[in-house]
Amino acid sequence: MSIFSQSWAVIVMNIRSLPRRLWMSLAMVLASAVVVAVLLAFLAMAKGFEVTLQSAGAKDVAFFLRTGSAAELNSSVTRDQVNLIAEAPGIARSGNSPIVSPELYVIVDGIKKSSLTEANIPLRGLDPQGVELRQNFTLVAGRMFAPGTDELIVGEGILREFNGFDLGSEVRFGKYKWKVVGVFSTGGNVFESELWADAKVIQSLYNRGSTYQSVRAKLTPDADLEAIKAYLENDPRITQEVQTEEAYFAAQGKSLSYMAIFGRVISSVMAFGALAGALNTMYTSVADRAKEIATLRAIGFSHFSAFVGTMAEALVLALIGGIVGALSAFALFDGMNASTLGGSFTQVVFSFEMSPELVLQGVYLSLIIGFVSGFFPAWRAASVPVAVAFQGGR
Amino acid sequence: MTHENLFILKNLSKRFVKGKETISIFDGLDMTIPKGDFLAIMGPSGSGKTTLLNLLGGVDQPTGGEVIFDGERVDSLSESQLTKWRANNIGFIFQFYNLMPMLNAERNVELPLLLTNLSSKERMQRVHTALKLVGLEDRAKHMPSEMSGGQLQRVAIARAVVSDPKLLLCDEPTGDLDRQTADEILQMLQLLNRDFGKTIVMVTHDPAAARYASRTLHLDKGQFVEKEQLMEKSA
Ligand SMILES: Nc1ncnc2c1ncn2[C@@H]1O[C@H](COP(=O)(O)OP(=O)(O)OP(=O)(O)O)[C@@H](O)[C@H]1O
Ligand SMILES: [Mg+2]
Repeated sequence: MSIFSQSWAVIVMNIRSLPRRLWMSLAMVLASAVVVAVLLAFLAMAKGFEVTLQSAGAKDVAFFLRTGSAAELNSSVTRDQVNLIAEAPGIARSGNSPIVSPELYVIVDGIKKSSLTEANIPLRGLDPQGVELRQNFTLVAGRMFAPGTDELIVGEGILREFNGFDLGSEVRFGKYKWKVVGVFSTGGNVFESELWADAKVIQSLYNRGSTYQSVRAKLTPDADLEAIKAYLENDPRITQEVQTEEAYFAAQGKSLSYMAIFGRVISSVMAFGALAGALNTMYTSVADRAKEIATLRAIGFSHFSAFVGTMAEALVLALIGGIVGALSAFALFDGMNASTLGGSFTQVVFSFEMSPELVLQGVYLSLIIGFVSGFFPAWRAASVPVAVAFQGGR
Repeated sequence: MTHENLFILKNLSKRFVKGKETISIFDGLDMTIPKGDFLAIMGPSGSGKTTLLNLLGGVDQPTGGEVIFDGERVDSLSESQLTKWRANNIGFIFQFYNLMPMLNAERNVELPLLLTNLSSKERMQRVHTALKLVGLEDRAKHMPSEMSGGQLQRVAIARAVVSDPKLLLCDEPTGDLDRQTADEILQMLQLLNRDFGKTIVMVTHDPAAARYASRTLHLDKGQFVEKEQLMEKSA
């Protein structure tokens, strides 16, 4: 078909004429690449953070906090309340005793390797039963802390991002010294950004008496969260509310979703800048090829082929930029570790999560840049007067 | 029904509107071009030679009057109809060759054939026939940047004739060439006119070039002025 062969011929000619406009074309590729890379960096960051938190939460673990407390840090639960909660319907039992883990959550300081500045680290107090409630928990080195001692185990994320937590070392928080006896992993989720020690020891060192801050409880397969809620409400001694651990972390994970929004806004603004440059490149291209376009039109090539040729050039340049941008974002950011403030103003260590879907989003963005920056110049190309072919000059 | 005249222009007018100003180039121009004619059009700069060529070639449309090509009105065709009409009937030869710099000679010559349904093999056969005709068979793979002006114009001629149009329109085809090369090109046009029956309309400033044509019309201020007899006497 003639419409294909002529359009294809025009596309081939346009692409081959690119070296004549090398720098302008490269500028367009670069602009598109930068916009896409920035977008992907933000999206990968938000995604990585979300994954780190979301994967921490289990569906079959109920999580109790004082009513109105959004996070563990400002919640509290007395020993008596823990016992009442343990009797709620739907709590799984091992033998005769309910599987519950009352936990403490205090903040200590650490020195970040990247910036050598102080940052908050959560120190969690829990019992062996609490450890068992964490999916994917493994000790990667050393051993478990012994109950009643000043021993602690350190999450892999903390080991990576902070100084001084190597196995066997002594760390000091305030007046108290601790000994690192083990390194643990929880499969990359947020618990790896914590230090774990015996709950009773933390209660006494931090003057918490017999209170805790949160309670985790294993649910039976047929447990009904509504029934637990009703149970909590009916007992005036209980001042806690319940949600699944999964729901809790999902909400926390969303706290960086503003990063994704921010990234979209920033890259949209940048995309406008890139568009201005790309439009300039494409208009220059049309002006540069005006005589060739007119000559082809005189020979009998259609408006459409002139339009398609210019459009294809814009799309190709923007797409090359998009691919370069996505690849560099991949190379630079995928798996890159970062830490940022989580819900409790403690550092959450997470890695940028690049995925094919994100790369696709970058490619779409570059195609939009290519389409918009190609459309109007292509329109102009299609309306170059044929008489231009006869105008002077080589 | 066959028509003796390839072109008949009746009461043709052409005006350009530039802002508030209207420039009238032709007002009531009549002209007949018989088939097989080799017509040279001369005249001072700005007299409307290129404008006339554009009107003949369907590159521009008249403001008024009739253009009859081979018995059919073409002055009221739409842009896309005109585009097809050009592809089927007209070969253009430009002063500055207008080859595509990124395509080699044979790809340049092939361009008009991309508008046909010919297979690529058939296209290449025709391209090589056309290149042979202009004596550039051995330059098929050369890029425009590797060829002289005369060679470029010969490639352009091959491109103009490859789809076998009835009419060749040439705007100053030798305006950029030295005498000897110009003569070669003009001889080639003469050959196409005489042996291949192409009707040719050629705009030129050069009386020596016009001598290759079978007749010459002088355009001045949008009208033909008869200098034909005068020219013949002096020749
Ligand atoms: N698109 C246009 N808009 C306005 N005026 C035009 C346009 N094209 C041509 N003209 C005017 O029409 C007149 C004739 O132009 P044309 O190009 O036909 O002259 P010409 O005889 O080919 O001249 P030359 O020998 O210099 O090539 C000129 O005054 C020119 O300025
Ligand atoms: Mg002219």
